[in-house]
Amino acid sequence: MTEVSVAKDDVAATGDLVVLKSVNKHFGALHVLQDIDLTIARGEVVVVIGPSGSGKSTLCRAINRLETIDSGDITIDGKPLPQEGKALARLRADVGMVFQSFNLFAHKTVLENVMLGQIKVRKADKKVAEEKARALLDRVGVATQADKYPAQLSGGQQQRVAIARALAMDPKVMLFDEPTSALDPEMINEVLEVMQQLAREGMTMIVVTHEMGFARSAANRVVFMADGRIVEEAVPDQFFSNPRSDRAKDFLSKILHH
Amino acid sequence: MFDFLEGYDLLGAFWVTIQLTLLSAVGSLVWGTLLAAMRVGPVPLMRGFGTFYVNTVRNIPLTVIILFTSLGLSQTLGVTMGAADNFETQNFRLAVLGLTLYTSAFVCEALRSGINTVPVGQAEAARAIGLNFTQVLTLVVLPQAFRSVVGPLANVLIALTKNTTVAAAIGVAEAALLMKEMIENEAQLILISAVFAFGFVCLTLPTGLILGWVGKKVAVKR
Repeated sequence: MTEVSVAKDDVAATGDLVVLKSVNKHFGALHVLQDIDLTIARGEVVVVIGPSGSGKSTLCRAINRLETIDSGDITIDGKPLPQEGKALARLRADVGMVFQSFNLFAHKTVLENVMLGQIKVRKADKKVAEEKARALLDRVGVATQADKYPAQLSGGQQQRVAIARALAMDPKVMLFDEPTSALDPEMINEVLEVMQQLAREGMTMIVVTHEMGFARSAANRVVFMADGRIVEEAVPDQFFSNPRSDRAKDFLSKILHH
Repeated sequence: MFDFLEGYDLLGAFWVTIQLTLLSAVGSLVWGTLLAAMRVGPVPLMRGFGTFYVNTVRNIPLTVIILFTSLGLSQTLGVTMGAADNFETQNFRLAVLGLTLYTSAFVCEALRSGINTVPVGQAEAARAIGLNFTQVLTLVVLPQAFRSVVGPLANVLIALTKNTTVAAAIGVAEAALLMKEMIENEAQLILISAVFAFGFVCLTLPTGLILGWVGKKVAVKR
């Protein structure tokens, strides 16, 4: 218990929003997260990159406990991540999540998707929730699609609705788990633009992506992961032009010279 | 040709069949949904109970269950279903109870297969916006699961309609009991059987057609 209170003091002093301390996780024999230490400050945009199977997505999902961890501590805004139950649900409401496969509720309209959490979790009035939902849909540029079902929208539109759905909860931090990986190339930019705008507005963001352009232009910090470890952390310019580790050099050489 | 029908309350008997069917259908839909929720839930004790219930009940002949409600529950344990003075009402309610307990096992399994058609991401997204387990299930997973199992549930409902004939075993005055009585009294075995068979087809054929249409109509597009 003393450790927890120490962590709290740290947070108050530094304004750190998400803190991971020596986090470990196994999938059977595979050690997917190995002693991960990562601190994300309020308002910071951190982009996590790395080869497939390096544990980036697992790291992202562990932060709102869609994946449990074997050992270590994760705190959000000074509070340790609850195990389960009501406290966990409350925490998840404060952490927005955007998935690779959008995961919009297939039986609800776009508008209902953005309203559901507000009404059921935040106990907002229906009128208020609808107004807010429409405003958010307008902000991500899909206001005209409000009464359609997710399957009637393009992938890019669906992902923008998913971002609006997460924003409707007024999250403290947004997690993006490869938000553009399932999109057709011509739809990637419309999603990235919404994310750029969010970053400019000061949203704290953790973004797992393969979009190096986004990492360069929007990130405050790039975290490079390989084989379950954080291999390198640096500001984007330094990371892309002058990576320190061999593993990062190798990775960049494979993706940047085409 | 149909003189033998005179003096028998054919419609009344089928009305009892319909009542048995509808009440048991509602009961087993509710209990079956709860069972399915238990079987996919996070509490090991409930999961164990759900699994045990389904595997036990669906493997016992319905006749045994219906007879047990009458001989076991009513006559031995003194369960009167709130109708101690009226034997007919009591047996009707016991039959509804037996049919509900039996049919809910099948509703549970149909629904559970429906839950398996809902992509994991739907529940993850629901959890990610802060919904608790019950909300995830009732607001996101079950509505989609139900839509995908309208067809299988129609099968269960048709089977239930025909299973109500077992209630004759404890003297409920539904269609099959009347048929038995008529066969004993009249010398028209084949015609009587045909009339009752036709009656059941009139009940079940529309059920299948209508629910088939509903199933297509409410299907979730992905």
